Amino acid sequence: MNIVVLLKAVPVVGTERLDSNFMTDRTVQLEANGNDEYLLEKALKLTEAHGGEVVTLTVGPAGAMEPIRKALAMGTARAVQVTDDALRGSDMRATLDVLAAALKKMEPWDLVFAGADTSDGQGGVLGAALAVRLNLPYLSYASEIEPTDSGGVRIHRFNSTGYDILEAPTPAVVMGTQLLGAPRYPSLRGIMQARAKQVETCTLADLGLAPETVGADAATTKTLDSAKPPERAGATFVREAPDEAVAKVVEFLSSRRLI
Amino acid sequence: MTVLNDEQRALRDAVRELAEAKIAPRAAEIDASGEFPHDIVELLAQHDILALPFPVEYGGLGGDMVSILVVIEEISRVDASCGLIPAVQELGSLALLHAGTEDQKKRWVPDLAQGKILSAFALTEAGAGSDAASARTTAKRDGDGWILNGEKRFISQGDVANIVAVFAVTDSSAEAVKDKRHMTCFYVEKGTAGFSSPRVEHKMGIRGSTTAELAFQNASVSDANRVGEVGDGWMLAMKTFERSRPGIGAQAVGIAQGATDIAVKYAGQRKQFGKPIGAHQMIGAMLADMATRTEAARQLLWTAAEHIEKDDPHAQRWASMCKLFAGDTAMAVTTDAVQVLGGYGYTTEYPVERMMRDAKITQLYEGTQQIQRLIIARDLLASL
Repeated sequence: MNIVVLLKAVPVVGTERLDSNFMTDRTVQLEANGNDEYLLEKALKLTEAHGGEVVTLTVGPAGAMEPIRKALAMGTARAVQVTDDALRGSDMRATLDVLAAALKKMEPWDLVFAGADTSDGQGGVLGAALAVRLNLPYLSYASEIEPTDSGGVRIHRFNSTGYDILEAPTPAVVMGTQLLGAPRYPSLRGIMQARAKQVETCTLADLGLAPETVGADAATTKTLDSAKPPERAGATFVREAPDEAVAKVVEFLSSRRLI
Repeated sequence: MTVLNDEQRALRDAVRELAEAKIAPRAAEIDASGEFPHDIVELLAQHDILALPFPVEYGGLGGDMVSILVVIEEISRVDASCGLIPAVQELGSLALLHAGTEDQKKRWVPDLAQGKILSAFALTEAGAGSDAASARTTAKRDGDGWILNGEKRFISQGDVANIVAVFAVTDSSAEAVKDKRHMTCFYVEKGTAGFSSPRVEHKMGIRGSTTAELAFQNASVSDANRVGEVGDGWMLAMKTFERSRPGIGAQAVGIAQGATDIAVKYAGQRKQFGKPIGAHQMIGAMLADMATRTEAARQLLWTAAEHIEKDDPHAQRWASMCKLFAGDTAMAVTTDAVQVLGGYGYTTEYPVERMMRDAKITQLYEGTQQIQRLIIARDLLASL
């Protein structure tokens, strides 16, 4: 089972900032998008149990190499990075074109794994859009993923009464949640073996895409303004022992008529 | 050496993340109980941290010295007792790596690298501390093997180790003592009849790292457990220190960095006279000195590692210099960290008081600071 995991390099959560054009500043330190790491972990577990290899696909600047290397240290076989100055400011449509072209180039694979959304973009539609673009089955919000005996894929999806079991033939696109399990820490052996692994870097030209179809100028949407949320009032810390703390919290809430 | 390469940075980040998530929350508990943290050994083994210094052909990772130091520093930053686990695993194995036969390496190194067994290093005795050459534990020929008698003291992890590098006198003649050819190194296995660990010390700091007394009463050790030639013991112990003293330097730098981080955070949050205490110049200056000294100690450590790894003829001096400076830095910085935190720093509510207690050992073991100065001075004068 060969799995491509879409891995986005996002600014370290809590350090995000926008540049003057309201675009996320990607010159800061980047880390793997948290929601992508759950899928990465699941992909590694699946290939460890059933064979095959995991390859990450990243569209991003030079700083993306650090999270890519971390994924290699965790156990991915290799990585593909699409990087091109023209990509700066690309909207979701352009990103989709790039990912679809890269995935075509990376064939054959059985599954593409996508996180629910990203901590910087928060679009949350990329996995679904990619499935439509590639004309593949789409299994969303997976809390469990397993191969079927007939070479397909089966997932669990939580609902209000329990979970559904869905099945599709491969190739397919699977979007998963944090219920898949926490990502592993890379072992030192993994880190040292990662140096021998290959990161294939592609440009737009390598993918047969014209630079004018991507980037800020080609974006179909434009951010006009951005505002910070209003400052919150200072927090009240309750540090007492549990019984006393409960009384304090109740008093705090009831004095504000919240309970 | 001023900056780490990509791989060393990746190792540092991975160990930092692991140490903060899994070791830091255990630190206060380990200190209070004074019990050896077997769960942390398992954690370090699982993540191949114990494998780092061992050669690839025996299941290790063949890590360079700076990588090893960075790993010890990162663990010590949250818990100096736990930082000592990989340091002692290497310390106890260095004589084996240096002088062991192929058979001996095959017998023990893969298990050491996987953390299946622990090692220790036993040179010090009650009456032979700084003057280690005056050790009195003996090994006498007995048919094909050896009979060991005597006691070792202050042996880190001596009670939990599965194999202990024991340095015993095999030739007490005046000539052998003068030539430092009087000792031989034996790897004594746990369970050997006549070998026991009667007690552990109650200590001020590094309370999670057990410090044991070892007793040998007609302990019978096979010649297959002798590492190096008869009479090579002292040379092997000194060779060991060239690599192990920087490890203690790394532990010290880690303690200093951990204390600095906590002091900076506290000084940025604690308000007195209407502003964060760090904005008061007297506190700000303390923080600046703490950070500067810690970084200087780290840079000297990495520079020393480069020289030692290249078999510099002054390797011993470099090892002593980095351990000396890092140990004194850890003591000064942790003392200041407690000062910055004031009354809170003196309580167990914050970890800086533990760090101050832990720091003290780095000025004492693997050669006191006075012995380091002696070695440095001798080496300087020898080149006249």
